[in-house]
Parts: sequence; C-alpha cells; structure tokens
Amino acid sequence: MSPNLKRPRKILSPPPVKGFKPYGPDLDGKPAEPVMLLFEEYEALRLCDYDMLNHHHASQAMGVSRPTFTRIYASVRQKIARAFVEGRQITVEGGKVYFDSGWYHCSSCSCYFNNPEMQQAVTACPLCGSNAIGKAEGEPVSAFEVADTNDLCICPACGLELLHQPGQPCGQQTCPSCHTRMRRKGTPGCRMP
Amino acid sequence: MKIAITSTGNSPESLLDHRFGRCAFFVVYDTESGATEFIPNPHKNAEDSAGPASVQMITSRKVNKIVSGEFGAKIKETLDSMKIQLIVLRKPGITIGRIIEMLNHANK
Repeated sequence: MSPNLKRPRKILSPPPVKGFKPYGPDLDGKPAEPVMLLFEEYEALRLCDYDMLNHHHASQAMGVSRPTFTRIYASVRQKIARAFVEGRQITVEGGKVYFDSGWYHCSSCSCYFNNPEMQQAVTACPLCGSNAIGKAEGEPVSAFEVADTNDLCICPACGLELLHQPGQPCGQQTCPSCHTRMRRKGTPGCRMP
Repeated sequence: MKIAITSTGNSPESLLDHRFGRCAFFVVYDTESGATEFIPNPHKNAEDSAGPASVQMITSRKVNKIVSGEFGAKIKETLDSMKIQLIVLRKPGITIGRIIEMLNHANK
C-alpha cells in the first residue's frame, strides 16, 4: 500500500530574511554547518508564537491536520534550540509549500485573477489591461455552489415547500405554519396523507 | 508568454468553457507570435482527477496564465506553487476570439 501523499503546506507570508547568523569571539574562524529551517517550520513558528494561535487554528491556516502541525512545530523548536546551543547559523529554505495568493477582481471586464508572483504588485488586469482592479472579498463564488431551486423541503401535513438548506437535515426542521416535521421533497415519506 | 484558454469548440468563434478539468478543448495562445493551438482535452470524460491531469498537460506546454470559468478545489495550490496565474471569467457567452482580443490589449 502506498502511503498518503504529503500535503503541500500553505504559507501566508514568507520570511523577510534568508537566515540568521550568530556572533561572538568563540565563533570566529570556524564556520559550522548551518541549521536548515524549512519554510513550513518558519510558518508554524510564526503562527504559533508570533500570532499566538493555538495548534488547532494554526493547522487550519496551513491546511494540514492538527497532529501534523504539532510535529512541524516540535521540529522547529528542536532545530532552533540546536542552533542556539551549538552557535550555528539558521537558513530558511525548502519544504513542500505553496504561497497562498489572494484573489483580485477587475471591475472593467468582471474577471477574477490571482497573483502568484508575490514579490511584484499587480497594477493592471491581466485580461483587459484595465487599472480598475481591487482585492476581491474571499474566493470567487463557484457557479456550482448556487442553491438548487429544485431541492426543496416539504411539510407532509400541509404541503408547504421551503428551499432546502444544505447541511440542515429536513427531518430536524419543523413546518413554520403547522409545526410538523419537514421531509425532503421526492422521498417516499414526503407524500400528503 | 503563453496563455491557455478553456474552450467548448475548436474555432475562435466557440465559447469559453466554464469548467477547467473537463473542458472540450484547450487553446494555447502565444502572445509573441500570435499563434493559437487547439488541443482536444483527453480528460473530458474522465471519472476522476481530470483537473490534475489537465494541469499536467497544460504545464508541459510552458503556459504562464490560464483563463477559465471555474477551477476545482485542488487546482489553485498546485498552480500557485508553479507560479501560474489563474483568471476566472464568469461572463456567459464570451468567445475565444474576444478573449484573445482582450489579451492583446493587455499586453500592448
């Protein structure tokens, strides 16, 4: 059996520097092997100890499970402690990561686009070249997520029909007019008595 | 720079396909030479993972941008890590020829 693939970790902001160097009289003249910090480990440290998130919320921000996040975090603490104690350099590089890019919206051609080159700011719409662009609120709404108007809850007693809300079982809703339990329209128990 | 556009047919008059992984054709447009290439999508009727398979096909042609109406859940992170820009166009009834015109305008 093949193991589960390693999920790419989401990085919200890359580190401002490439690494850290120690200084002091004892360190001159002997360049020790640097400690390699992965991008995901830097991000774990940032979320947990700088933004003061708990492991649960930080794991959601990185798109990994809570136990995986805890393992990444344990590894970064171990590495930083080693760098401090042994007087080594720290280099931030590598890891299976992707940099999350935000969505932009162009009001001239009403398209959405992202900016994977995080270092360069976007000035014009990549499609029509217009400057009427702005940050989009959240992700572009999927056409498939629009509520299906044929998906209805029905009251078996009075026949009242309501739009079904995804994630809310019809059997747990009551009819607003006669307080009977609702049923899903089209299922065997939904017919009028 | 090369730009991929998802298309419903193999002519510039055909409409933009609003799905990415299961679109009928990919149009690869080269902004430098002005050449367009229509590639039929072999993953059109795939049961699953049409998106990642299409990504692989598209990236093998060194594309920098992709224009489509919709991208699946796992596409964005893969393309983010490859530094490919996604352009989501929700306008119905827009033709491939019109999109290419718009792209020419942007890159002038």
